[in-house]
Amino acid sequence: MRALAPGPARPLVQLAVVFLLVVAPLLLGDFRLFLLTEILIFGLFAASLDLLVGYTGLLSLGHAAYLGVGSYATALIAIHLTDNVFAGLAAGVASSCIVAAATGWLAVRTRGVYFLMLTLAFAQLLFTLAITWDSLTHGANGLPTPKPTLGPGDSGGALDGGTAFYYYALVAFLFGLGLLRAVVASPFGRALVGIRENESRMRSLGYATSRYKLAAFCLAGAVAGFAGSLTVQQSSFMSPSGVSFEVSALALIAVIIGGRATLVGAVLGSAFVFVIRDELSSAFNEHWRLVLGLVFIGVVYLLPRGISGLSARVGGLLTRRTERAAGEPA
Amino acid sequence: MTTPAVGAALPGFLNENLVSILNGLAVGMLLFTMAVGLSLIFGLMDVLNLAHGAIFLLGGYVAYQVIVKEGQSWLVGVAVAVAFGAVAGLALGGILRPIRHRGHLDQALLTFGLAFVLADLATIFWGSDFQSIPSPVFLQRSVEVLGQFYPAYRLAVMGVGFALAVVVYLVVERTQVGAVLRAAVEDRAMVSALGINVGRVMLAVLALGTALAAFGGVIGAPILSLSPGVDAEVLILALIVIVIGGLGSIPGAFVGAIVIGQVQSLGIALVPQAAPFALFGAMVIVLAVRPEGLFGSR
Repeated sequence: MRALAPGPARPLVQLAVVFLLVVAPLLLGDFRLFLLTEILIFGLFAASLDLLVGYTGLLSLGHAAYLGVGSYATALIAIHLTDNVFAGLAAGVASSCIVAAATGWLAVRTRGVYFLMLTLAFAQLLFTLAITWDSLTHGANGLPTPKPTLGPGDSGGALDGGTAFYYYALVAFLFGLGLLRAVVASPFGRALVGIRENESRMRSLGYATSRYKLAAFCLAGAVAGFAGSLTVQQSSFMSPSGVSFEVSALALIAVIIGGRATLVGAVLGSAFVFVIRDELSSAFNEHWRLVLGLVFIGVVYLLPRGISGLSARVGGLLTRRTERAAGEPA
Repeated sequence: MTTPAVGAALPGFLNENLVSILNGLAVGMLLFTMAVGLSLIFGLMDVLNLAHGAIFLLGGYVAYQVIVKEGQSWLVGVAVAVAFGAVAGLALGGILRPIRHRGHLDQALLTFGLAFVLADLATIFWGSDFQSIPSPVFLQRSVEVLGQFYPAYRLAVMGVGFALAVVVYLVVERTQVGAVLRAAVEDRAMVSALGINVGRVMLAVLALGTALAAFGGVIGAPILSLSPGVDAEVLILALIVIVIGGLGSIPGAFVGAIVIGQVQSLGIALVPQAAPFALFGAMVIVLAVRPEGLFGSR
């Protein structure tokens, strides 16, 4: 948020945004509300990737693996055990956290290209597994899943319908983003930034950097799994395309376009990606990937801090002007 | 030519899996054309070219256009595609130049964006159906290998890939140009101080690497078929190859390509369920035992 609105305006902007999100169902039609729900969920997923890419400096090309593990766990629990919404969330978070710990254990030992490679390989492996493990995942046909229910008294109606599910997703989103923000503001989060800037110095200062990176990797994986649960609860369907390389790629694009190491930027970037893909794709003759790729290249060139960096720059100019105006003698 | 009697005398395993092993060698040689360029570019410039797979695919499409659509000969198709690849490499050098001073993260991101754009451009021009180039007429037959019949074209791919590996190795290890290149990998500033234009060396390596990738796309087209998604597939395999072989090492890229080719072909034939794990497992084991790769020096 720091980058979004500098100075004393920050809490006001935050309040205004939350207010707009709360009243959104009154302003938007069904289709747009569904899209906004998707954006919030994917935005949370992208924000979890930002913890790795933006804050810790670990370029992961396979973050969809943890989203997908969370989705599949939630889907399987809902099909075979209980459609309780909290059981689904718990299964998603726990399973993705475990898988992230197992794969991260190896990944954080490597750096740069090797890290990128390993994360990519893990994700491809899970993608292949999702396609070939037919008895569990129904392969490419996918798993239709029952609608989540709130508790024993609910027979599936409480979270049905766009508005009810939207508010559920909004609460989950605010919770997840709040958690990530608390983490990056903590001494732990500062240490991650230190690792990004100069890992060997952090190590000589006595930080067990591998352990910090593993913790960041697990946390990012768990939040991604949380978002994965929400994804499958919204769509009531899971298939291997939810673990595909494109999902990882879109999340990375969202983080970079929105602005690294801001968390909120990842959400803005996700909104950008989804609007280009779902709202404007007919205008681009279905070639939204081309448009997105060109925007991405432009951002890497010209706006290393992404959209939110741009708004910070504009905001900075504005505040400087008001300060100057205020400082001038009457 | 061997007689069927010799084939029957072969050990049972080889006899049963000969075709898979040969297919694996052909795939391995295709991967080598990708991996050697990726590896050299990374070794020299610290740039992981994530657009390498897209250039492989586009090279194949360009040759498809020339050979199938325009009806030109194979030789013309290969020449145009290789020229395209080299130009793409020079363009990539120009595109990367303004952000050379930033970390390798940003450069990898830029090539990642390029890969996205190039892949979509390919579907604009050539659609998303499978396209294939028929192999040259004189290779459209089967040859008897150890008592079994095998497509001559795939044997030719193996031969060309092997010859390419030898040539690249000799150029880098035994010529003056290669000496400059190796020196630039070791210590860029020192080579620059000796009066050699390192920027030009980098451009040359970029052009060579992408030309090789485009060439791989052409000779791979009759085997793999060209379609969206092939770019990411070969890129991932080539990345695994260079991680196993060691970044920047040509013999490493060669051995890694052979290993991954066999895992992809023989592995799938023997244990279809476990092949993806074998692919991944091979990399994990190498990284755990020798993090710098089999032939890596760092």
